[in-house]
Amino acid sequence: MKWILVLVIIACNATGDLLNAFGMRRHGEVKSFHPSALGRLIASVSRNRYVVGGIVAMMVGFFALLSLLSIANLSFAIPATAGSYMIETILARFFLKENVLWQRWLGAFLVAGGVALLSLP
Amino acid sequence: MNQGRPSQLIRVLAAAAVLFNVGGNYFLSVGMKSIGETVSLASFLPIFTNLWILLGISLLAGWLIAQLSLLSWADLTYVLPITSSAYVLTALLGAVSLGEHVSLSHWGGIFLIFIGVLVVGRTRPRTVHVAVQHTRGEAAHQ
Repeated sequence: MKWILVLVIIACNATGDLLNAFGMRRHGEVKSFHPSALGRLIASVSRNRYVVGGIVAMMVGFFALLSLLSIANLSFAIPATAGSYMIETILARFFLKENVLWQRWLGAFLVAGGVALLSLP
Repeated sequence: MNQGRPSQLIRVLAAAAVLFNVGGNYFLSVGMKSIGETVSLASFLPIFTNLWILLGISLLAGWLIAQLSLLSWADLTYVLPITSSAYVLTALLGAVSLGEHVSLSHWGGIFLIFIGVLVVGRTRPRTVHVAVQHTRGEAAHQ
């Protein structure tokens, strides 16, 4: 049960991050964090189907995370769900057309390795 | 190409996102431990009346806004490793406040993530074109 929840969370996180990144790229740069500007930002992204899709994916992942937190330690649950780093880097390279420099591959590899170590008992 | 957002500003927003994320997950964990196992749909109901969980959800809402703003300023492959320092802080917070064990391998993991964040942090945050936001009608691009 624990590892099924981990897989669900990884899939949802990857989908959510990719859709959010694509949606915010279409939205354009956020210019201000004034409360009224934040209100407009929330209204705007709520009409952005990519961001909405990304948030839905993250919500599914969030409820799976809540279940995981109830049966596993925080120091297992959070790191174990970060196995998606390399997958998301590959997906960002091909779907978001990001210029993934060797430093970013190395960074993603180091982070994924670090997360794997954090997942060990 | 980065459209004028200084790397320093992006790092400050990334730090805010990390703090919101760590705080949110911490209070969620405290709340969930006070409720017990939730593997069925009905067992989720007490979640919405638990103050710790509501505080955690509020902080995670702040994290979502910070994260979306960050994604409008920088690449996903920059944002993900940079904000991964949340895992380090979460593990340390779990050890200090919840009494969870931090082993030698955990310290190794923390070190690798720290190096990964440093390596990616030295790259240019944005490598692709981003639409310029209109002053009025932010949804003009949708």
